[in-house]
Amino acid sequence: MSFWRSNRFWAWVALAFGVLYFALPLIGTFEFSLRMKRGEYSFEAYRVILGDPRFQATFMYSVMMALLTIVMGVLLVVPTAYWVRLKLPRWRPVVEFITLLPLIIPAIVIVFGYIRMYNTSSVLPLTGSAFGTDILMVCGYTVLALPYMYRAVDTGLRTLDITTLTEAAESLGAGKVTILAKIILPNVLVAILSGAFLTFAIVIGEFVFAALLNRPAFGPFMQLIGANRAYEPAALAVIAFSITWLCMGLMQLVTRLQKHTQVKQFR
Amino acid sequence: MAFLEISNLQKDYAGNRVVENFNLAVEQGEFVSFLGPSGCGKTTVLRMVAGFETPSSGSIRIDGKDVVNLKPNQRNIGMVFQAYALFPNMTVAQNLAFGLKVAGKSKAEIDATVKEMLALIKLEELGQRYPFQLSGGQQQRVALARALAVKPKLLLLDEPLSALDAKIRVSLREEIRAIQRKLQITTIFVTHDQEEALSMSDRIVVMHKGKADQLGTPFEIYNQPKTRFVASFVGTINVLEAVVTDTQTGSFLLNGTELSLGRSLNTFKTGDAIALALRPEAASLGAVAGKSGQLHGKVQDVNFLGSVIRVRVKVGEQVISLDGFNQPSVAPPKAGDHVMVSFAPEELLVLAD
Ligand SMILES: Nc1ncnc2c1ncn2[C@@H]1O[C@H](COP(=O)(O)OP(=O)(O)O)[C@@H](O)[C@H]1O
Ligand SMILES: [Mg+2]
Repeated sequence: MSFWRSNRFWAWVALAFGVLYFALPLIGTFEFSLRMKRGEYSFEAYRVILGDPRFQATFMYSVMMALLTIVMGVLLVVPTAYWVRLKLPRWRPVVEFITLLPLIIPAIVIVFGYIRMYNTSSVLPLTGSAFGTDILMVCGYTVLALPYMYRAVDTGLRTLDITTLTEAAESLGAGKVTILAKIILPNVLVAILSGAFLTFAIVIGEFVFAALLNRPAFGPFMQLIGANRAYEPAALAVIAFSITWLCMGLMQLVTRLQKHTQVKQFR
Repeated sequence: MAFLEISNLQKDYAGNRVVENFNLAVEQGEFVSFLGPSGCGKTTVLRMVAGFETPSSGSIRIDGKDVVNLKPNQRNIGMVFQAYALFPNMTVAQNLAFGLKVAGKSKAEIDATVKEMLALIKLEELGQRYPFQLSGGQQQRVALARALAVKPKLLLLDEPLSALDAKIRVSLREEIRAIQRKLQITTIFVTHDQEEALSMSDRIVVMHKGKADQLGTPFEIYNQPKTRFVASFVGTINVLEAVVTDTQTGSFLLNGTELSLGRSLNTFKTGDAIALALRPEAASLGAVAGKSGQLHGKVQDVNFLGSVIRVRVKVGEQVISLDGFNQPSVAPPKAGDHVMVSFAPEELLVLAD
């Protein structure tokens, strides 16, 4: 078979197409972001963005939201996934389906639901205060991150014989909370980390929730800059991309670390 | 009153009775084995004692106290599993310390106990290793020490040696028994391996289809099996199928020959089928004075076991094993030889079903 007709050739074509498809707009954006100063390449746009107090405020706000979301996700998902595997194994497919729902239901539907449920004339007027709205935001983000977090943790649990570990710990006098904190959590930490990076990437760039609940997050800030400036949005896009990629890279790294220890375990 | 008392224990799974009318009294410091084939309910009984399953009916008393309504973590029972179940995120020392930490012991006491336990299982050097850095035998020793560290009232072991290879299995069973003797801890050991049960136990419960068929010392279980199942499961005892011909004299028809037990069979009726056990050591080849029971058959195979030679003879539809001492001056029979098997009918044991 000649090179031109081999699978190898078409694989390369596909790869080249993919690289062009993804990289070209990025390269273009990056190049454009460097042209703020007339006639030379400079990081002027980045300087302006990074120096903007609104950038710092919204970015820190979103980082805070992301961290809270991760904590809440872990507190919700780890005990749930553990319990389902331990006591309700037959319900696993159902629970898995429920955790996938956020991928199907648009975020905007969830927000409108929240606004209807928790508006100022409701029993629980969370949207009435900034703090209450922040709680709603974290809850909403936790829902958005659910499919990724649940999958990561559930996969982590699969490598453990949780029934026997639980019984061993119980016979040593431990209660369920101790078992979760001292045995289950440490053993799925790597899985949690990979879910956490994904959650971080999602929350940092999130727009719909923050805009409709009117909170000063990074997503609406990006939109605002994008609508009013020329070069800065390009710089912002590159920054946002870098954060996402960093998260993905870290995720790959910890997953690889986990594989490494698994190989060691079964040597 | 015994230290552990199990009375009329019963367990049903969706209408399926897997443990039936189970009774057992274990004395303080005793080592009792549950012996039986896979699926006979050994694990289920053990798990009810540990608190992982709730009995459908019956009671379990430890040291005079009914524990049926206590959660597993309130029973103070040590448990060792077939799969070791060490906590993978903790070192050996941390595994040993786990139960003590949960109990809120002081750091000094924990350190001292961990050290003592490492010495007990002869792994002083390996306290800082993680479970995946240990061999199976070492992991199981750590699991044993972890269960013992909290000074439980009762130690339960569920086929702890089944995942190990033969050589380690033998050395570890001796080690477990030695540790148990040293600490004088009341122990229940579950196994499907008769050799394990016979060599380790003070007493054995032979289980069959969710019931305790027989309870006795290894000597009793091996030499005086009470049921057909115990006779066939433990050791190599021969079960002979006969028909009762006279209940008063204890006569029966075996392979066309009428013989007498010399004792009455008043629980039977004439014409009943009866199962009789003949130990391989009690049967001889050829005519022997005082052994009036005689059966003719053909040698099926001959196993040379060193000091003992085991000959299997096919008599009618049944196969009878005989053990004889190896006598260098006498050549053993060969397969296909026609031989006579003789035994004393009075030595036969009557088996219940
Ligand atoms: N959770 C359960 N649900 C239904 N049946 C069970 C359950 N656990 C055990 N059994 C049944 O109970 C019987 C005894 O099991 P087990 O106690 O594990 O036997 P052993 O330990 O002697 O091999 C088996 O027939 C098994 O299928
Ligand atoms: Mg079992």
